Amino acid sequence: MTSFRSAVVTFPGSNCDRDMAEALAKISGTAPHRVWHGDADLPDDLDFIALPGGFSYGDYLRSGAMAARSPIMRAVVAAADRGVPVLGVCNGFQVLTEAGLLPGALMRNAGIRFVCREVALTVENSQSLFTSGYTAGEQILIPVAHHDGNYFADDATLDALEGEGRVAFRYAETINGSARNIAGVLNKAGNVLGMMPHPERAIEPAHGGIDGRALFESAIKGLVGA
Amino acid sequence: MKVRVFVSLKNGVLDPQGRAIQHSLEGLGFAGVKDVRAGRLIELEVDETVTDAALDDMCRKLLANMVIENYSIERVPAKETQE
Repeated sequence: MTSFRSAVVTFPGSNCDRDMAEALAKISGTAPHRVWHGDADLPDDLDFIALPGGFSYGDYLRSGAMAARSPIMRAVVAAADRGVPVLGVCNGFQVLTEAGLLPGALMRNAGIRFVCREVALTVENSQSLFTSGYTAGEQILIPVAHHDGNYFADDATLDALEGEGRVAFRYAETINGSARNIAGVLNKAGNVLGMMPHPERAIEPAHGGIDGRALFESAIKGLVGA
Repeated sequence: MKVRVFVSLKNGVLDPQGRAIQHSLEGLGFAGVKDVRAGRLIELEVDETVTDAALDDMCRKLLANMVIENYSIERVPAKETQE
C-alpha cells in the first residue's frame, strides 16, 4: 500500500486536532501533515483533509464562522472542489457548513445544554468513501461533545439530502434537536463528510469502543488500497 | 459613520435561547410575555464611502448565516451618534 497523505488543519481554539492526527497516524501508518489556519496552501497531492473539533476562534459570531473565512479554508474549498476527501468533525462540521461545502447550519442544541456522552448512531449510507466499512442500518456507538449540534436545513434541502443518500449517520435517539435526527451529511459529490460525533475518539479499546475505526479504514482503503 | 446591523433568526427557526429567556422571565414573575427571539446587534464604524451594496455583501458573506438568519441594516444619523 502506498503511503496515505493526509492533513489535519488546526485553527486557534481547535482542541481535537491531536486526537484526529493520532487516529490518522495509527490507522494509516503515516503521520498526517499539520496545517495552521493562517497558511495559504495545503501540502501537494493530499489524499485526505481533516477539520477537527474544538472551539475555533472562541466560537465568535457563530460556531465555525470565523474559521470558514480563514486563509487555509480557501485552499480546502479548492481541494474539495477538485474531489479531495474532506472530513469535518464537530467544529469541523460547523466550519464546513459555514464555508458552504455542506448545506444547512448547526444551531444551539434544542435543550440548551452541552451534550457530552456516547450515543448510538444508525449508519444510513454504507456506500460512501467514508462509510463503506459499515453496513447500512448498522448501529454504532460514537461519543459526542457539543453545544451547537442542532442540524437545521429547510425541508426541500432535507428531502434532497435523504433522496440522494447524503444522510450518512442519524442519531438513534433525539439528543440535540437535529432535523430528522441527522448526525452527519455528505456533499453531492460524496467527497465531503461533516458529522457532529467524534469517530477519532472511538478507535481503540481504551477509548471504550472502536466503532469509529471503520470510518478511517474505509477512507484509507478506498484511497490507497488495502 | 455608524451602521447598525441587526441579525435575527428567520421565522420558523426554533430559538432555544429565546425560549430559555422567556422561561426565565416567567420565573421572575413577568406575566404576558408570549414569545422571545434573541438576535444580535453588530455596530460598525465605517467611512462615508462604504456603499449600501458593500454593507449588504458584508452581511451575506459573514455577519449573517443566510441559512438560518435574516438581517437588517440601519445607518445611524450623525446627530444621533453625537448625543
